[in-house]
Amino acid sequence: MAHIPDGVLSAPVLAAGMAVTLGGCALGLRKLDHDKIPQTAVLSSVFFVASLVHFPVGPTSVHLILNGLVGVALGWAAFPAILVALLLQAVLFGFGGLVVLGVNAMNMAIPALLSYALFAAFARGGNRKLALLGAGLAGGLGVMLTAIMVAGSLALSGKEFDAAAKLTLFAHLPVMAIEAAFTVAAVGLLLRVKPEFLGIAAPEGSYA
Amino acid sequence: MTRPEQTSSAIVDAAATQPPTTPLLRNIDPRVRLVVCIAFAFVTVSLIHMPSLLGALGLAVAAAVMARLEPASTLKRMAALDGFMIFVLGLLPFTIPGAPAFSVAGFEASHEGLWRAAEILLKSNAVVLMILALPGTMEQVELGHAMAGLRVPEKFVHLFLFTVRYIEVLGREYRRLRTSMRARGFTMRCNLHTWRSVGYLFGMLMIRSIERSERIVAAMRCRGFQGRLPSLADTQTVRGTDRAFAVVSLAACIALFTLEHA
Repeated sequence: MAHIPDGVLSAPVLAAGMAVTLGGCALGLRKLDHDKIPQTAVLSSVFFVASLVHFPVGPTSVHLILNGLVGVALGWAAFPAILVALLLQAVLFGFGGLVVLGVNAMNMAIPALLSYALFAAFARGGNRKLALLGAGLAGGLGVMLTAIMVAGSLALSGKEFDAAAKLTLFAHLPVMAIEAAFTVAAVGLLLRVKPEFLGIAAPEGSYA
Repeated sequence: MTRPEQTSSAIVDAAATQPPTTPLLRNIDPRVRLVVCIAFAFVTVSLIHMPSLLGALGLAVAAAVMARLEPASTLKRMAALDGFMIFVLGLLPFTIPGAPAFSVAGFEASHEGLWRAAEILLKSNAVVLMILALPGTMEQVELGHAMAGLRVPEKFVHLFLFTVRYIEVLGREYRRLRTSMRARGFTMRCNLHTWRSVGYLFGMLMIRSIERSERIVAAMRCRGFQGRLPSLADTQTVRGTDRAFAVVSLAACIALFTLEHA
């Protein structure tokens, strides 16, 4: 849903997206330890596979974006992880495009980073309920911000896209709700089984 | 268990659909193919006039034919252009003012808007087709090596190569977990239970995959892996045919550009 194809956006928007994504990936890669590459790749593939899972909503179906979850799990490394997954989706399925890759990656990775910051703030105390609340908010926020950024990319590219931009926001409302519930469950399980993966130094026995 | 039969039939299918000779395009150096595809995408996105846009689509179709893409599956992929974007395009005739072409429920569609929608459709499809024809026909591992050959940061290439591998593993694991859920009577509905259950499924998927990745890293270390893949350092030399292909393609891109500005 959040894959904008080539040919829609204006040159300044495309250039801005490319610049932000290059910068974000450079930073993300610098912070990414060689040993963590396989783990990061797991999240990249989760992000990739999630787009193939369709949830029924009324007469149609939606698929998740999962940038909130990827952000929560990876922090800055979410930038290169999301770019890799988008690149593969473009090459394998023809989703999105090539010149627009920067904008698409930015639209999903910036919300991922903010989701990460939000979750970290809630989870810091070691309280499971608070951490789960943070996870739900992060999951919902990831989708909401992506919808806003997609709408913004469209609206900034020309007045004629205003109506489409507004519709983008509404179309993402169900995904937001589903993804919030989904992220609470996924993070809840991770907290119980593998809290170190979420990068929070938890004292023994917390989150239980 | 039907698994052995499935695998054997998959092999037979693959053999049947495989063209007898390697198509010309698939022998071209992956780095050259990647560069040509990127150049083509940039030029195409900059076009706005119908003749040059049709030219771009023509080039993409030519590349697809040379790469012997399967028409049926390729068309299906192009039609699968994000459903939502079709909506965006459908709105354009109504949001761009101009000479009325037709009206739907009292809303006037303009010629200018239809034209604009057609322009976007041509551009996006030309680029998608070129992506499927050039980098899309590479083995994904080959694409990773091509990126390394083009000086894409090594860590990014590693991430890419590991992701290619894990998508396969994760996809299989996902299907296995879904089968076991189905065996317990789970069906996808529009309710909290579904969303939570699939959330647990992905949580489980991540835990299993991460633990697997830890075992893999340990095993690779044990064999002397120090965080870099030595094969990435080998560079293939660019041959005459590759050079010829690059020159012809770049000339075609320049021709598009001149047609646009003529």
